Amino acid sequence: MQVEKDQDVVPFRNRVKEFAVKIKMGLVNQTKLITAASELVRNMLKYANGGEIEIEIISRGRDNGVKLTFKDKGPGILDIKLAMQDGYSTGKSLGLGLPGAKRLVSEFDIKSILGQGTTITVIKWANG
Amino acid sequence: MQDNIFQILQKKKDQILEVWIKTQINSPDLRDELISNEDLRSSCEELINNLMSSLNEENINNPHSPDFDGVNEILAGISFSQAKKGFNPRETAFFIIGLKEALIHVLQEEVSDPQILFSESLKLTRLMDNFSIITFETFIRGREEVILRQTDEISEISTPVIRIWDGILALPIIGTLDSSRTQIVMENLLQEIVETGSSIAILDISGVPAVDSLVAQHLMKTVSATRLMGAECIISGIRPEIAQTIVHLGIDLSNIVTKATLASALKFAFRSMRLEVKAVVAKENKNS
Amino acid sequence: MDRIPILRMGHFLLVTIQVDLYDRLALNLEADLVQMVSKTSAQGVLIDISAVSIVDSFMGRIIGNIASMCKIMDAHTVVVGMQPAVAITLIELGLPLKGVYTALDVQKGMNLLTSMIGSQGEDEDEEEDDFDS
Repeated sequence: MQVEKDQDVVPFRNRVKEFAVKIKMGLVNQTKLITAASELVRNMLKYANGGEIEIEIISRGRDNGVKLTFKDKGPGILDIKLAMQDGYSTGKSLGLGLPGAKRLVSEFDIKSILGQGTTITVIKWANG
Repeated sequence: MQDNIFQILQKKKDQILEVWIKTQINSPDLRDELISNEDLRSSCEELINNLMSSLNEENINNPHSPDFDGVNEILAGISFSQAKKGFNPRETAFFIIGLKEALIHVLQEEVSDPQILFSESLKLTRLMDNFSIITFETFIRGREEVILRQTDEISEISTPVIRIWDGILALPIIGTLDSSRTQIVMENLLQEIVETGSSIAILDISGVPAVDSLVAQHLMKTVSATRLMGAECIISGIRPEIAQTIVHLGIDLSNIVTKATLASALKFAFRSMRLEVKAVVAKENKNS
Repeated sequence: MDRIPILRMGHFLLVTIQVDLYDRLALNLEADLVQMVSKTSAQGVLIDISAVSIVDSFMGRIIGNIASMCKIMDAHTVVVGMQPAVAITLIELGLPLKGVYTALDVQKGMNLLTSMIGSQGEDEDEEEDDFDS
């Protein structure tokens, strides 16, 4: 789905929740996933003026998970390592978005090309 | 005119069943306390009927043919339930291998030409071996299920939250704290705090064999989460060797209330809730 | 534009957040609340977030901001009723909300505020002992 403005955040969070509920994810993990999603969406809105998010359900053995792919066409991230550090921010925020989101999900992958955009993929397993 | 083996097998179905069941009943490995003869007979019968009706010239060489889905399903069901009932692998193997023996035994009586007998039994053996593999896969899956359920149960019972006083919870942690366990501990504790409206929680770690920096981090997370909920968290049961490792590792627990024993933690909790424990026949009240 | 209602109860202000906040709403709340504190010269602010299922770093920051702003206007802020899942998530996120007082429910938050104001100026040590240890 497409996210372009502030008001899109809440419906997006609800969509993620629907998926998480569908695979019977526990409440705490649900909250973690949605919070992480919220952080990443916020980044996308702030630095890239929105982008596209894909939500899908994946499975690995007997474990199910939700996979979110965030794609934007923003300025990209100059130094991913630095951006992943706690407390680093180019905007006026706490600098917890990326590293915090990473801690909240099971798998986290970030690719960024300067001037072309950033793609972040996160996976949260139902039990993990 | 020689009947083809399928017709033979079809005709001799009952005989196969008898032979099969007899081998199983006579086998010293069969534990009749686990399965009654009637149950055994009915599951054998179901399997043979299904096998006979799906077996034909084309699929005998192709054990993966969808025609056998029914057979596979029955086999899977049987071995899955056997695994859960606590059958050992030998017994489960004997079940399916016994069928092979019975089939070949009957075939041997009926087919006189050794050439045909050999080639047909080879085909049958191959098919039955494949069924054995399936039996085993599901048997192991059944066992794994049992293990997983037990793991869940263990983590469930290993984190009891005890209400030791109105508004005071205690949580004795026994065994190693890893991140998945911390999560369960934290969830149970916080849930219980909400349900009981408790304002103080005591985490007793006297049953934790070792505290390294990771465990300490997990403990601190639990304490901070409790604080966010609006309750205070005390860590008690710090044994001398744990105190040593904590300091040697340079872990800072200074902003957490720690007590040596559960008793002193409880005393601290009473004090901060302005409660007083008194002996009933106190002649002099020192605390006035 | 939607607004979160701010209720006045004696010396205190009570804010009950019933919806999932989006950023604009949270920023409005911050501004409104500071206005109200100054207008009513309230001594305490109680924020009930028991119905909030998601607190991300932005929301956390707003809560922290509100607490700090009220603090310099001489009002205490207590956040009450945080969901367990939210608390765990905040810790994992690395946001322990330092400097924000918390309580289990509105009643306990009220008591906390009352005792904070009651003990103000009289016995600072005691206050520290009870609520900040």
